Amino acid sequence: MSKSFDVVVIGAGPGGYVAAIRAAQLGLKTAVIERDALGGVCLNWGCIPTKALLKAAEVQRTIKHAAEFGILAESKGFDFSKVIARSRDVSAKLSKGVEFLMKKNKIEVIKGTAKFTSDKTLDVSGETVTFGSAIVATGARAKQIKGVLEADGKFIWTAKEAMVPAELPKTLLVIGAGAIGVEFASFYNALGTQVTIVEAQDRVCPAEDEEISGMLKKELEKDGITIELKAKVEGLKAGKNGAEATINGQARSFDRAILAIGVTGNVENLGLEELKIFPEKGAIKVDNMYRTSVPNIYAIGDVIGAPWLAHVASHEGVICAESIAHKAGKLAHAPHPMRYDNIPGCTYCTPQVGSTGLTERACKAAGREVKIGRYPYTANGKALALGEPNGMVKTIFDAKTGELLGAHIIGTEATEMISTFVLGRSMEAVEADFIHACLPHPTLSEMIAESVLASEGRALNG
Amino acid sequence: MPIDILMPQLSPTMTEGRLARWTKAEGDKISAGDVIAEVETDKATMEVEASDDGILHKIIGEIGADLLVGSPIAVLRGKDESVAADYTPTSKAKKAEAAPAAAAPAAESVAPVAAPPAPVAAAPMAAAVLPKINTTGATAAPAAASHSTGGRTKASPLARRLAEQQNVDISTVIGTGPNGRVVAQDVLTGGRTAGAGRPITRMADSVIKLTPMRKTIASRLTASKQTVPHFYLSAEVNMNALMSVRTQLNAHLESQKIKVSVNDFILKASALALKDFPAANAAWNVDSVVQFGNVDISVAVSIDGGLITPVVANADQKSLVSISAEVKQLASDARAGKLKPEQYEGGSFSLSNLGMYGVDDFSAIINPPQAAILACGAATERAVVTDGGIDVASVMKMTLSVDHRVIDGALGAELLGRIKHYLETPVVLVM
Repeated sequence: MSKSFDVVVIGAGPGGYVAAIRAAQLGLKTAVIERDALGGVCLNWGCIPTKALLKAAEVQRTIKHAAEFGILAESKGFDFSKVIARSRDVSAKLSKGVEFLMKKNKIEVIKGTAKFTSDKTLDVSGETVTFGSAIVATGARAKQIKGVLEADGKFIWTAKEAMVPAELPKTLLVIGAGAIGVEFASFYNALGTQVTIVEAQDRVCPAEDEEISGMLKKELEKDGITIELKAKVEGLKAGKNGAEATINGQARSFDRAILAIGVTGNVENLGLEELKIFPEKGAIKVDNMYRTSVPNIYAIGDVIGAPWLAHVASHEGVICAESIAHKAGKLAHAPHPMRYDNIPGCTYCTPQVGSTGLTERACKAAGREVKIGRYPYTANGKALALGEPNGMVKTIFDAKTGELLGAHIIGTEATEMISTFVLGRSMEAVEADFIHACLPHPTLSEMIAESVLASEGRALNG
Repeated sequence: MPIDILMPQLSPTMTEGRLARWTKAEGDKISAGDVIAEVETDKATMEVEASDDGILHKIIGEIGADLLVGSPIAVLRGKDESVAADYTPTSKAKKAEAAPAAAAPAAESVAPVAAPPAPVAAAPMAAAVLPKINTTGATAAPAAASHSTGGRTKASPLARRLAEQQNVDISTVIGTGPNGRVVAQDVLTGGRTAGAGRPITRMADSVIKLTPMRKTIASRLTASKQTVPHFYLSAEVNMNALMSVRTQLNAHLESQKIKVSVNDFILKASALALKDFPAANAAWNVDSVVQFGNVDISVAVSIDGGLITPVVANADQKSLVSISAEVKQLASDARAGKLKPEQYEGGSFSLSNLGMYGVDDFSAIINPPQAAILACGAATERAVVTDGGIDVASVMKMTLSVDHRVIDGALGAELLGRIKHYLETPVVLVM
């Protein structure tokens, strides 16, 4: 006898498991199918374990600077296997947490690989699962270019291998200066690896504000990372003892190389084409309620394309589940479609970068007349006390309407501070709202208000 | 010192009066108690008496002008008094809604200027009168979403600022944000987006001046609906036989290019039925009932800008074919605006047919002073039960609106039953 559910979610990543919880909360009989560990890439091979690794790098860095605080300490080096093990522990713990959440919400977890056999049935490793609605949340994997940039898992890594190395490489080539590339560069650099980042475009973190990119490049270089922009990797091969690369026509050798040139959706072997769902460039096409061309089959998260971010996937999962519940009469109101112009981007290198909204260049390209506020970390008491004087909070307002068009932060805890701006943009706050709010002292957050004041030419402490 | 003569309040409900006639001319000698003008009020035409002696110096109110109670209509001066050329009388008119509700004595006719300003009575009716529609579109827009509660509009700061900059009243903007909150996009798209950003264009309402015909329709039908005690009787008619007779008849008349309509049959059937029940061919006449000597059927004809009811006189005596020809001619004359008054005045009974518009059935408003009107819907094929079996029949529903002062239920029912009988026995109509 086959199992039957109102909603079946394929993939238990941050998109899938959250969609499943929301569907269950709304009274739908829900199952989630996962071929690997609960929590997906984010929790097992992405966001979380890398943060654990980066914390190790930060501890190392803190000890290095301990004397500045009057603390006489010295790092005796590190146990690399323990650094990795701690990262895996954190992931395992959280994966257990997701398992608990599934139980708590009475969501059936089906282990196996799913494939559509019709618009009402799935085959999960030989078992038939019947569904009312299905949500494809299969995520994405590191992008590779056949014959040019391919990982071998030994010398040439994707993020997954880079997270669990057996030993620390002496030299490392990071291909791609996006968030993933820069974070690994920061981590390995802090532990002593000679890191070279090559990027095809003319700046690091090319999605970020140009000014922020420039500042970040300087900070990374100050830390000892070699950055080569407008660099093209024409060839990459596993050699005898490392990776052999051809960069801008030059042959170069590295112990290891990391492919960080983007991700591509896991759209294969799902039986989508048989249902006349044809992914384009590794992404399933959906509407603003995440419906595919088959009315009861939905897709969310990395598998529907950029921006490939866990928080976006979770948000889409909630909206998707609510849309299904609304159709089933379990929810009075249809959910609001998601706003894609207010998605925070966070990069956890040193210094951190957090941003939301439009960059200065995008504002100008859109013909917006802007007022820009800049406030440096050096002028903030808390930043100085923390010994983190490098950074800036940059705010861009529409000169006429006072709309917060974009906010860009570089510096310590930038990724935490950005949330205030995300909320502000979500509520369509204008400059006056930021100015009227009394922010606590002493905090890094004071820079939020000061930057806004600076956009009006009236910063108090700067 | 000149004395201003003001529009008097001649009845407790009067808020304004229309100057119907001046009985005195400028320069005439006036004695207190003289009738100087006639004023049409909401009730009747009444005389305005002077309360002082003097010379009618100046007439201000033009004939036909509607003036608020308390506004100056003329100036009276003493016999040998000279009045400054730039003298302007003082208006004591108050807007009805602003006036205190206390009724002023109706006897306070032409108020002498020395008297303290008499409070002008607000018409008790005023409160019951529906407010005029605000036609600017924007301000009349319903707040569809629930963002406006208790005077507070849920709107984002940016939306408020944009609305302010663009002179948009934020309370009129339909919010599409969370819980109906007005967001910037709503203001930018003219404040009226719905669903996922699909713009809806709202236009200002148009004010169309009343044509004399519209005014007549409004006043006559309002009076009818408000003063005539209507009741309604409905019946279904099996039109199978009639349809078959009509087909044969029209086939026969085809060479003469004559085509008899279903409506012609109904008109003839009604006429014959009224002849059979003369008590129903009647009208209310305040203190009597007039029983008409002739069966004259008014036919409602839709024309540009309204409708008119030309009359087929003595329809009971006319053949179906001549009725058909006459109705066609009347209708075309009506549409061309060529009807003479004698062609649409009078009539003892009305017929209104909306069957050609696909209407199943409806109730018409009696066309005063007549006492009944027949409203016919479309003849459509329906399942009917005959002798315990189900047949397909062409069925028409008709509703007779009746003035109960003239026709009681039983008589109305008999009339309707007779009409039905004739329609189901169409041979009689062709005789």
